[in-house]
Amino acid sequence: MASFVRGLKCRLCGKLYPVEPTNFCTDDFGPLEVDYDYDAIKSVLTREAIAARPFNMWRYRELLPLDEAPLVGLQVGGTPLVRANRLAAILGVSRLWIKNDAVNFPTLSFKDRVVAVALSKAKEFGFNTVGCASTGNLANSVAANAASAGLEAYIFVPADLERAKILGTSVYGANVIGVRGTYDEVNRLCTQVAFKYGWGFVNINLRPFYAEGSKSMGFEIAEQLGWKTPRHVVAPMAGGSLIGKIQKAFQELALLGLIDQPRCSFYGAQATGCNPISDAVKTGKETHRPVRKPNTIAKSLAIGDPADGYFAAKVIRESGGWSEDVSDPEISEAMALLAKTEGIFAETAGGVTVAVTRKLIEQGRIPRDEDIVLCITGNGLKTQDAVAGCLTEPAVIGTSLEEFEPLLDRSREGQPLLV
Amino acid sequence: MAIKVQIPTPMRQHTEGKAVAESTGSTVQGVLDDLGRQYPALTERLFEKGQVRRFVNVYLNDEDIRYLDNLSTAVKDGDEVAIIPAVAGG
Repeated sequence: MASFVRGLKCRLCGKLYPVEPTNFCTDDFGPLEVDYDYDAIKSVLTREAIAARPFNMWRYRELLPLDEAPLVGLQVGGTPLVRANRLAAILGVSRLWIKNDAVNFPTLSFKDRVVAVALSKAKEFGFNTVGCASTGNLANSVAANAASAGLEAYIFVPADLERAKILGTSVYGANVIGVRGTYDEVNRLCTQVAFKYGWGFVNINLRPFYAEGSKSMGFEIAEQLGWKTPRHVVAPMAGGSLIGKIQKAFQELALLGLIDQPRCSFYGAQATGCNPISDAVKTGKETHRPVRKPNTIAKSLAIGDPADGYFAAKVIRESGGWSEDVSDPEISEAMALLAKTEGIFAETAGGVTVAVTRKLIEQGRIPRDEDIVLCITGNGLKTQDAVAGCLTEPAVIGTSLEEFEPLLDRSREGQPLLV
Repeated sequence: MAIKVQIPTPMRQHTEGKAVAESTGSTVQGVLDDLGRQYPALTERLFEKGQVRRFVNVYLNDEDIRYLDNLSTAVKDGDEVAIIPAVAGG
């Protein structure tokens, strides 16, 4: 397979770097981004070529930064775009879709996309040991994909993470290190570890490649809508990278002539207990003010000092979007609402996205009669405690019909099934 | 006052390969200014218009100076300053 990558380029000053495991410019510390030869891609990547390939993220492989065929995560992506009419009715909008990465393979979050690229690239670079700093979903994904690729993994998480996310990392044989500190403190430690030991940290020295994997969510949304972009996209924000990568995906498809020039506004969703980016948007700050101690049940979004905060706020402002944040009870209620209306059990971040969407619609920021896509990025089975308080405990009865029938009567009267 | 400053790996080409540089000053600003006097190539990389660049984080004894008094944060003998690239994670 031919490579379409020309190198890495600083997002601030434009300085060019060769393809190597590094993430920032040595002149101004700016983030490095993959630089593609779009003219060459345009000559080979057509709708027909894409349609002939299996429905996973690699059908857009020319727009992903590998030099060779992917080696890790060959089945990632290709998740459903669900028309969500029952949720739309509750929210009072006419056209709503859910991009459901809660069922991404293999670890039930959008992180499988970025990890598939990062670990394939790690193999190309010849790393034997990989790692990450994570709020949970990334930990699961790096651990699982590293296991399947035969890579050793060191995974650093805040020690107070949900137990399901820690177990869902250890099970793959990864070395899991719980750090007593916030995600930002874990991240700082990992920055030091990555450079000291020369390992491939997916979201540190492999970050320019890693981040590109998120674009596949955007490519899929456009293709699944019949090669067009929605008018509005709502995405959760932790580090703030995803929202910009979906925009970039739409722009690249337009650049290649695969879709018309997109007119899409982007809306970022955060929890009030960790809202540096939505605060920056709402108060007109160019740069976010970091949050020292995040405090929210949406732990997967609890990044107080998001690396892409500046860029996310810029994408939101310049696309005519907006940002909001919601409380923990609103998050839990929205998780239950999504499950009850659409049969989709999303994790806390999904609750954040649904609740923020509702808020933005009520504020008139998102109009009611235009195409809206919500990005659901993780699975509710990993954060079950967050929704437990909103649910009724199941009724427990004996084995006789006599015990069931009174319950049924009460249920038909709209009463809860309490015994 | 003697302050140790941790230099990130890709920046050590500007500090004669040193991972830890010795510097002096009574505030973080003073420490970084003194570091710049010793290694002039570092100053323009760390600062833009007198401010620490957007994608550089500076820590004093493991705390981000943005949660302290920023560049005016006082330092004392034996303190450690770390310069760490901010483009990571997420």
